[in-house]
Amino acid sequence: MKAETLGAPQNVPWWIDPLLLTLCNLALAFAFSALLVWFIGESPPAIAAELLRGAFGSAEAVGYTLFYATNFIFTGLAVAVAYHCGLFNIGGEGQAYIGGLGLGLVALYMDALPFPLLLLCAMLAAALFGAGWSLVPAVLQAKRGSHVVITTIMFNFIAAALMNYLLVNVLIKPGSMSPETRVFADSAHLPMVHDLAAAVGLGLSASPLNLSFFIALLCCAATWLFLWHTPWGYEVRTVGGNPRAAVYAGISPSRCIILAMCLSGGLAGLLSLNEILGSQHRLLIEFTAGYGFVGIAVALMGRSHPAGIVLAAILFGALYQGGAELAYTFERISKDIVIVIQGLVILFTGALGFMLRPPLGAAWAKIFRGGGGRAVA
Amino acid sequence: MCKAFGPVRANDDISLALAKGKIHGIVGENGAGKTTLMNVLYGCQRADAGEIYINGARRSLRSSAAAIRAGIGMVHQHFMLVDNFSVLENIMLGCERGMFLGANSPGPRRARAELQRLAAEYKLRADPDALTGDLPVGAQQRVEMLKTLVRGAEILILDEPTGALTPQEADDLFRILRVIRGQGKTVVLITHKLREIMAVSDRVTVMRDGRVVAVRETRDTNAGELSELMVGRAVATESRTAPPRRDSGTALTVKNLRVRDRHRVVRVRDVNLSLRSGEILGVAGVAGNGQSELLEALAGMCRVDGGEIVFHRGGGGGGGDGQGEAAAGSSPSQLRAKGVAHVPEDRRATGMVAFESASHAAILGYHREAQYRRGRNPRGIFFDWPFIGAQTRRRMDEFDVRPPLPEIRAAQFSGGNQQKLILAREMVREPRVLLIGQPTRGVDIGAIEFIHRKILTLRDQGSAILLVSVELEEILALADRIVVMFNGAVVGETPAAAADEKQLGRWMAGVRDEG
Repeated sequence: MKAETLGAPQNVPWWIDPLLLTLCNLALAFAFSALLVWFIGESPPAIAAELLRGAFGSAEAVGYTLFYATNFIFTGLAVAVAYHCGLFNIGGEGQAYIGGLGLGLVALYMDALPFPLLLLCAMLAAALFGAGWSLVPAVLQAKRGSHVVITTIMFNFIAAALMNYLLVNVLIKPGSMSPETRVFADSAHLPMVHDLAAAVGLGLSASPLNLSFFIALLCCAATWLFLWHTPWGYEVRTVGGNPRAAVYAGISPSRCIILAMCLSGGLAGLLSLNEILGSQHRLLIEFTAGYGFVGIAVALMGRSHPAGIVLAAILFGALYQGGAELAYTFERISKDIVIVIQGLVILFTGALGFMLRPPLGAAWAKIFRGGGGRAVA
Repeated sequence: MCKAFGPVRANDDISLALAKGKIHGIVGENGAGKTTLMNVLYGCQRADAGEIYINGARRSLRSSAAAIRAGIGMVHQHFMLVDNFSVLENIMLGCERGMFLGANSPGPRRARAELQRLAAEYKLRADPDALTGDLPVGAQQRVEMLKTLVRGAEILILDEPTGALTPQEADDLFRILRVIRGQGKTVVLITHKLREIMAVSDRVTVMRDGRVVAVRETRDTNAGELSELMVGRAVATESRTAPPRRDSGTALTVKNLRVRDRHRVVRVRDVNLSLRSGEILGVAGVAGNGQSELLEALAGMCRVDGGEIVFHRGGGGGGGDGQGEAAAGSSPSQLRAKGVAHVPEDRRATGMVAFESASHAAILGYHREAQYRRGRNPRGIFFDWPFIGAQTRRRMDEFDVRPPLPEIRAAQFSGGNQQKLILAREMVREPRVLLIGQPTRGVDIGAIEFIHRKILTLRDQGSAILLVSVELEEILALADRIVVMFNGAVVGETPAAAADEKQLGRWMAGVRDEG
């Protein structure tokens, strides 16, 4: 109550929050990054130009950026779906890892299937394994009240240990020293975008961007439809927005929690579609490489809306791709500095995401006083 | 003492003068700006413009600490007490005077002496060693008042002080306020209950839409004039239509209902009720005596520990009791399917999702109905939002929800409009039984009138209505029959026509009839 009356003014246009605020946060993050770059003795404009060139300068660069963005779309959506049910799923990393196991098993042992059927089975397996991995924390939360933040973190460690064991002792390619499976049969590779483009006569330079980018976009649309246009999504959002109102409306919070967490785990599991079936073509240790965690920042920045998540995922994809280029080009910029810049973006858009809201709202009210509509109350 | 602010929405250019040694009433509808004004006076919020003078000296009240130093004390509507502290510890909170808090340390010793002196001076009975949480509400309020007096308050602000009191406790409070006035202190009483203003204040300020619309000497005015000033127009008095039909069947029977809360504390003990179609049964009582739990148990929101709840089929006419269906343990959605609608007590916390749209709120609980699916197909998987929006829009017009915009967030409507939105949702289906809690809590007078009319209309159409309210006046205005709950049990029942306010007050305080 008090925060409402003292904090944000109510009568600012709706787009201030998702757009202007996010842009201001980004500006702040880049300002601090520039300061850091300047401090270690490089020129901030040069770095910015190189970052942009590295991420968007060529068809290949764009391909890499979108390839990384695909990973972030899956994990970002995963976090968002759980978030709409009032749950903070920190376990995207583990769910993606186990999803990869399901996908890998299909690609390794069912590669005789015709490709469309194989793709369908691989997707189903990845989603089901990921969903299964989030099912236990979901049931514990729904029935026993064990907090999903704690249990999903624990399940990340269990997933890592399990995959370690399987890759080192069971699935490893005979005779190999590194813990990874054999390369999948050629028939079990996802088509590359540059190959698809060549088929219609478009010459694009090679990049790992593959069909799963479009599958990720389809997942965005499906998530949007689910959350805002179906009764199940309505129930999930009601539980997330006000569990008491859900009980009042005859909605079972525990059923919604389990549903949302399974969808979340399933979406995280699909990450392997891009990373394994699309790019690595074999199951290998720690292929998730932190994408599950960055998904949290992507969802926060995208305000848990599929459209926002696509934009945030492309930003993080660009930071990944452009950042990697920076480390090659500049002597004083190490890989760690790039990670620091990514960290600053996460800090300002995610953790401090609402820091600028009151001053922005106040500034808006000051400049456009009288112009904006009166508070509705 | 004078105060004025510049053009703020909540408070628009208000001037207020408080005379020393008087009881000053401030009345206004919800949203008229009373609470904002007092928050500014108490330093919780800062005014955009304007000045405050105390005893002729200009003071800037940047924080509540500054307000306390300036001699202003506030008793909030919801007490700011630590339940598991003793009365003495609560009173010392924030002014402990020393590190050691043992019973014989100088700080507590002095506080105890002061407490006893003040308690005697103002006739505020309080046992310093009692555990605060064990005290009745009236006594907790006295502790709050002592707290401000110990801090040397010269101006005492009370925000809706009688909300949780029985009529007798309220009279007790007014007696104390007169003693405090007698000691030369100034009292500000904020309320929307005109009866209280007329009973105790010397002068009254009426606020509307963030402005002061009138200042009257209490002896020169009357409740009718004040309510007109508050609303800005004449208020129609309740007009009841037909008396309940005698031949109507029973719609709801409750036998030996028992409900425990999460902590296994019994909240509803062995309650027996019956409710006929076309009748309003008012459940009165001081807040927290099991009415909320009774309502939630009937609505299927909490577990029932024992007893029976039976909703009768076809109770509309025919005299005989219809076929019964035991409903204890039914879920809210099963009950809705049987024609049991529920308007919850706390609309924001229970009846809606605040940051979702009004359309979202307008279908809550009924969102599984086929009419909301695309193509009206019960097996369709997508909502037909344009239809839902249009229907919500029509209901907003019908129930005078302002502004009639289905797409804006539920939280952006005022309390009265939120309530009308929920009433529309629950009433348009003409439920067999309507469970309704605190229908007009935090609702402005204009809307109260409207809501009461809607409830009476629904009754005349043959619905059975169980009305839970802590406002005795509301129960008296609407109910055909009244039961009073105390400590989870029904202590008395009377037809409304024969109800005597004194008798109801005794029941509310837990005094059962002899024999």
